[in-house]
Order: sequence, then C-alpha cells, then structure tokens
Amino acid sequence: MSSTTSQNAVGRGRLAALQTWIDDRFPMTTLWKSQVSEYYAAKNFNFWYYFGSLALLVLVIQLLSGLFLAMNYKPSSAEAFNSVEYIMRDVEWGWLIRYIHSTGASAFFIVVYLHMFRALLYGSYQKPRELLWIFGMLIYFALMGEAFFGYLLPWGNMSYWGAQVIVSLFGAIPYVGDSLMEWIRGDYYISDVTLNRFFAMHVIALPLALVFLVIGHVIALHEVGSNNPDGIEIKYVKGPDGIPLDGIAFHPYYTVKDIVGVGVFLILFSLVIFFAPMMGGYFLEHANFDPANSLQTPPHIAPVWYFTPFYAILRSVPNKPLGAALMGVAVLLFVFLPWLDRGKVKSIRYRGPLFKFFLAAFAISFVALGYLGMQPPTPTYTMAGRVFGTVYFAFFLLMPWYTSIDKTRPVPTRVTYHGH
Amino acid sequence: MGIDKKIPVAVLAAVLAAPFAVQAAGEAHVDHAMNDVGNRASLQRGARNFVNYCLGCHTAKYVRYNRVAADLGLTEKQLTANLMFTGASPHDTMRNGMSPDDAKRWFGVMPPDLSVIARARTPDYLYTFLRSFYADPSRPTGMNNLALPGAAMPHVLWEQQGTQEAVWEGEVDAQGNAQKHFKEFRLATPGKLAPEQYDAFVRDTVNFLDYIGEPVQLQRQSLGYKVIAFLIFFTLLAYALKKEYWKDVK
Amino acid sequence: MTEQVDAGRRHFLTVATAAVGAVGAGFAATPFLASWKPSARAKAMGAPVEVDISKLEPGALLKIEWRGKAVYIVHRTPQMLSQLQGMAARLRDPESAESDQPAFAKNEARAAKPEYLVLVGVCTHLGCAPLDKFTPGDVTVSADWPGGFFCPCHGSKFDLSGRVFKDVPAPTNLPVPPYTFVTDTRLLIGAEAGNA
Repeated sequence: MSSTTSQNAVGRGRLAALQTWIDDRFPMTTLWKSQVSEYYAAKNFNFWYYFGSLALLVLVIQLLSGLFLAMNYKPSSAEAFNSVEYIMRDVEWGWLIRYIHSTGASAFFIVVYLHMFRALLYGSYQKPRELLWIFGMLIYFALMGEAFFGYLLPWGNMSYWGAQVIVSLFGAIPYVGDSLMEWIRGDYYISDVTLNRFFAMHVIALPLALVFLVIGHVIALHEVGSNNPDGIEIKYVKGPDGIPLDGIAFHPYYTVKDIVGVGVFLILFSLVIFFAPMMGGYFLEHANFDPANSLQTPPHIAPVWYFTPFYAILRSVPNKPLGAALMGVAVLLFVFLPWLDRGKVKSIRYRGPLFKFFLAAFAISFVALGYLGMQPPTPTYTMAGRVFGTVYFAFFLLMPWYTSIDKTRPVPTRVTYHGH
Repeated sequence: MGIDKKIPVAVLAAVLAAPFAVQAAGEAHVDHAMNDVGNRASLQRGARNFVNYCLGCHTAKYVRYNRVAADLGLTEKQLTANLMFTGASPHDTMRNGMSPDDAKRWFGVMPPDLSVIARARTPDYLYTFLRSFYADPSRPTGMNNLALPGAAMPHVLWEQQGTQEAVWEGEVDAQGNAQKHFKEFRLATPGKLAPEQYDAFVRDTVNFLDYIGEPVQLQRQSLGYKVIAFLIFFTLLAYALKKEYWKDVK
Repeated sequence: MTEQVDAGRRHFLTVATAAVGAVGAGFAATPFLASWKPSARAKAMGAPVEVDISKLEPGALLKIEWRGKAVYIVHRTPQMLSQLQGMAARLRDPESAESDQPAFAKNEARAAKPEYLVLVGVCTHLGCAPLDKFTPGDVTVSADWPGGFFCPCHGSKFDLSGRVFKDVPAPTNLPVPPYTFVTDTRLLIGAEAGNA
C-alpha cells in the first residue's frame, strides 16, 4: 500500500513538474484559472444559457464531419453528385458522416437562433456587451455565407436553382448588378467554375473566419462577463474575497451543467440522424436527389428553412431591388439593437408590457415568415407576408420609442435563484 | 409560468405545428405505397422485377449487385443466377447498354437513373405512377400517364396490368370553357395479374426502389436505438454529477 | 445548515462520467477512422482480374494491371525452365525464403504450373518496372547473362523465375501475386483457389 502511495506521490510530483515546465513557457495555468476555474458567472443561468456551448459543440461537429466528407467529395460538376452517393453507399460509415453534417447544418441554425433569442430576452446586447453582440452578428453572417456556399456542393437540382436565385439577388443592385453576378459565378451561368470556388469558400475561407470570430466572441464575453436572466451585473456586489456574491466558478459548475446540455442535445441530434435524417424534406430536400439540371427548375424553389423568414420578406415586395434591399436591412437591423434599445432595464422579467408585446409579436412573426417563405407565393400568403413583415420591422424601428416610454419594474440588486 | 417560458412555449408550439400545416400546393392525388423495406421477400421480388423490367432502359448506377445480395440475404450464386444477365461482376454497379443517343432518338430523353428516384419522388408517387398508365392514341407510345402527363415512358408492365382507360367527367367552368377532370380508371383489357396482384407487384418493385434509394436504412434505425440508449445512460450519469456539484450553490 | 461535501461520491461520479464519456468518444471516433478503410468502390476496382492466356506464345510476356501494379505473365519454354537449375550460386535467395509469394510458389519455378510465370513487375529495390531480357548472352545486360529480368534504373538483375542476383541493389526476389487457374487457359490474378 505504501509503495503505491509513494508511487502516486512521485507520479503527482512528475505531473506537477511538467505543469511548471509548461507554465514557465506558456500561460497554461494562468489561462485556465482566468478563463475557466476562476471565471465567475451568475448562478441563475437557465435553459436559454445552454445554447452558447451547444453552438460551439455544433461548430466542432461540422468541422470534423466536413473534414471527413471533403476526403471523398469531388468538387466538379461532373463528379459532385456521384461523389455524394459514393459517400452514402461505398465509403465505410460515409452515410453517417453525411447525415451528421446535413443535420448539423440545421442544428447549427436552431441553436444559434435560440442563442440570439436569449440575448433579446435578457438584453445581453446592451452596454457593455455591444461589441460581443457585433461579434455574434458577424458570426451569424459568416454562418449564412457558409450555409449558402455549402448548399451548392451536392450539386442537386435544388442546390443549383437555389444558388441561381440567390446570385440573381445581387443582380438587383443597380449599375453593378450584372457584373457582380458574373464575378461571383466566374462564368456566364452557374457552372463547374462556380462549384469549385464555392467549395474553397465553404471548406477553407469561412471555417477559418468562423473559428477566429468565435474566439473573438469568447474573448469579448470574458472581458465584460456574462449577463444573466435577471439582467443585473453581478460584479457590483462582491464578497470580501473579491468574488461576486451571485457568481459561481465556470468550472466545475457550468462545465458540469453544460455536459448535461450536451447529452440532451446529442440525444435529439441522434434521433434525427438515425430515424429522420430528411426531416420530412426540411433538412434534406426531395428535389435535391435530382442531379442539377439547368434546363428544368424544380416545381417549387424555396431556400432551406433557416433562410425562409428573410425570403418571405424579399417576396412580399413587388419590386426586386427594393425587396432585396429590405431583406438585407431585415438581417442588418439586428446589429443596431444595442442602440435601438433605449430601455434602462435589460431583462424581460423587469420590462414593461410594451416590450413584452413587441418581442412576442416579433417572435411569432419570425416563425410565421419562416413558414410563409416555404409556401408558393399566393395572394393570401403574400399579404400575410406583408403583415408579418411589418410587425418584424416594427419591433426594431419602433424600439427607441417603446423602450423609452415603457413602464419597467424595479430591478433587484441580487439575482433570483431558488437552488437546484 | 413566467414570461421567460411563455414566449418560447408559444414559439415552440407554432414551430412544431408548422410542418403539419404545410400542404404543398397543387399536388395531384397520390396513393399510398405502404411498402415495408423490412420485408425481405418483398425486396427480393422487387429486385427480380427491377432487373427484368426496368434495367433494360434505366440504370441504377450507384447500386452494387453484391450490396443488394448482402442486404437481401442472397448468396452470390443466387445473385448471379437470378439478378445478373448483363455479364457484369457482382462488385459492379447496375448499368445497361443503352446509349444516350439511342435513347434520345427513341424516347426524346435519356431514361433517368433510378438509384435515388424514391428519394427524389417518394415511394407513394412511384407507386401511383406505375399504376396510372392509360390508353391515349394521341401519344407516340399509345399510352399516357395521369401522374406525369405526357410521359415518354411506355407502359412496360402492360402485360401484367392489362390496359386501362381514363374516364373523364365534363364540366363547364366560370368562363364557359369545357373542363374535363379525371373520374376513375377502367380496366379495358385485363392483364396476366388481377388488379390486387398487380398492385402487389408494383408495391414490391417500389419497395426495391425505396431500398436502393438508401440501402443503409435497413441498419440505420437499429443502430440508432443503441446510440440513443447509450446517450440516455450517459446523460443520466452526467445529470447525477451535476446535481452533486450544484449542492454547493445556494 | 450546509451539508458536508461528499467527496467520495463526487469523485466516483466524476470518474464514472468521464469513463463513460471516454467510451462514448471512442464509439464516436470509430466511424471516422473506419471511413479510411478501402471503400466498396476501391474493393471493386481492386478485385481479382481474369486473364485469357490461350494466345500467349511460348517465350512471350503479357503485362496486365492489378491493383494499380503491373503483373507479368510469361509463357516459359522448356529451355527457359532448364536455365533455372544451377543458378543458386549467383542468387541471393534461391529458395525464396525472404521473398513474397503464395505457398504454392515457393519452389524453383516459383509458380503453380511451371510453364506460366506470374510476377509483380515492380523491382524490389525502388519500384521501377524491370525489362524482359529472356535471351541468354544478351550483351545489353552482360556476356554471361543467363536470361531473366533486368531493371534499367539501378541495374538489378532477376532470373527467369524472378529470383534476385547477388551484388545488385534489389534485396529480394520479385513478388508473386496470389493467383489461380480458373481453367487451363484462364488465370485469375488476385485470388488463390477457393478464395475468389
């Protein structure tokens, strides 16, 4: 027994010596302490606070599955569709890697939209977190680009025509439109040239950008500290040891909690991958199992579900350049939230009835627009799109007004936490 | 339920209800194939039907014969004896000898590859299509198809089904134009198979097409049960760990 | 009243979760690593190749491709076969103890049937394609050349059974691939009898 104890002691001694050797040359322990084991976050994080770590998980999942797909995928118009079926059938476990990646793309947007909604609920974009919010919006834009470039790669008929429609939006820009389209495509029509460059963008450029933006996002977060569901700054009430009274160390408390979140996420993720990878045509569209055909449009072109809210806004406007501009504005408005919001209060728990109404109306409109964007543009649907589109814009444009006059409730000094 | 929860519950309800509310506009009526890819005997019959009636014009260029044999429980001898007439090897994919130029001359279009047709169109559509041919003297093949008006494909299975006629109902619409719409099929000349037997024949064939659309579907679900069982176990353990540590947090 | 921390329970749960997590990570890694194994297409393209040797003249060489490599099939004459005896002194491994061949080819003729030699045409030095120099005394090799294979890259020499000479860069005899006679005039390269 004593030899084992002394062996353990020697082992621990060796490990400690290694740690010192590294710390003398690299801030390993310093970083671990400042970013994880002695980084304090509010103890009242709820359901809405799982989605940041889940977004990071999905990014890693997409990078890994994407890497392994790229080992067998061929980015040429002659071979792309064949290579995807090769992966599905001939490559050992290729089908699983493919379904992980296609499901992961939709999962990424679900997680990111819920993550963004949390910020709306709790005012996480308000001072001093404006730059954190901007990093987040840049990640969202990069993610949209990544999804757009990636969607062309299977070279199915929906890939082809979806790209055709989105590229033609750039043609709506006055004067430079046509040259811009030709420059994006690298050809007079969407071709092998376009496919190859979209592959490079999807596999190298945007993943790199995403990784750097996520690092910046976390650095910005750690600089100001996380917000919380009560929207109060925990660092204003510190104990004698300098630790916020309402704070708990990220490790072990949030590492252990986030692991449960990961488990639940992976169960839902696996349910889709193994039992419903097409998700009724929402995650993998039927029309994309027809190879790209420049002579035949699918009967019903719609973007993938995560773009449909903006697509609905585009289609509600009868004027093409104006519709495209409005769609762009709809996305960009998010960036200005820190300045549109004149509320003195961060969290919805203490906001007045006007904000609650507008946020609820916005959320419902976002979902409604998403549904409408998938439907054929009948007169009724177009009218509905205009109504919900107006509500969508009203949420942002009227915000300076309704957040200033809203009757807020008094905000406590300490967070609400009931122990669990 | 606090405001934090009311909004997301409403949104979640709307999101989950949406797929059920989605009706693709303008879709013609389709019959339900009700095929069971777990039914090996059906798949074997479907495979036999496919190589005898479809492979002459259509390819299944992503499907390997030896994979079909393995998944359908056939030995290599049974495979080569019953399913391989083209001189290919078991490790080859299902090709035929039709050249694109010949196809264009005979049909106006190259018959599409059928490897993923069940994923592109759905088994219900294929089942309906193969039972919707009807006599139409105005067409080059003498037959038209209600599911795909103007189809270039001849009714390959006419001997099995016999020949149907379409019965139309005439109507005059608001503009005073004569509109006819489809009422029902009538079997003018019976085939070798009675209608229920023909339906079963088509069901088996569509079952095989469903299978070749995604061969791994036979294994994917059983693996899924195991994965999810493991993940539930892991999550419960992780939850116990979380509760233990969070006792510290008051 | 704060409970005491049950350190034992914490430790157990932490180790248990970490262990199960590690097992899960192992399960998750398996499909990715396994995806590197040869695909069904690679296996199909690497499948055994059937060769018709009915038209191969005595003394002639036929080259075919199997798994991206050149395979030489030589229809040896009785004279060529007689050249094989008495070579032991000039060869590095006359018994083929060190070289790569199926069990049935571990003999002087290095073949299932002596009239047909089947070799992988890749020099065991650095991979060049050896040239067929079957004529004894061929001065392009040397005056005392008994007939065999000569590698032009670095001068390695092999006899009419592909056995490597002493004092040349190549270390071992030319490999013999697995093969079997489907019929007397059809060879199946890449599989042994009963293994197709």
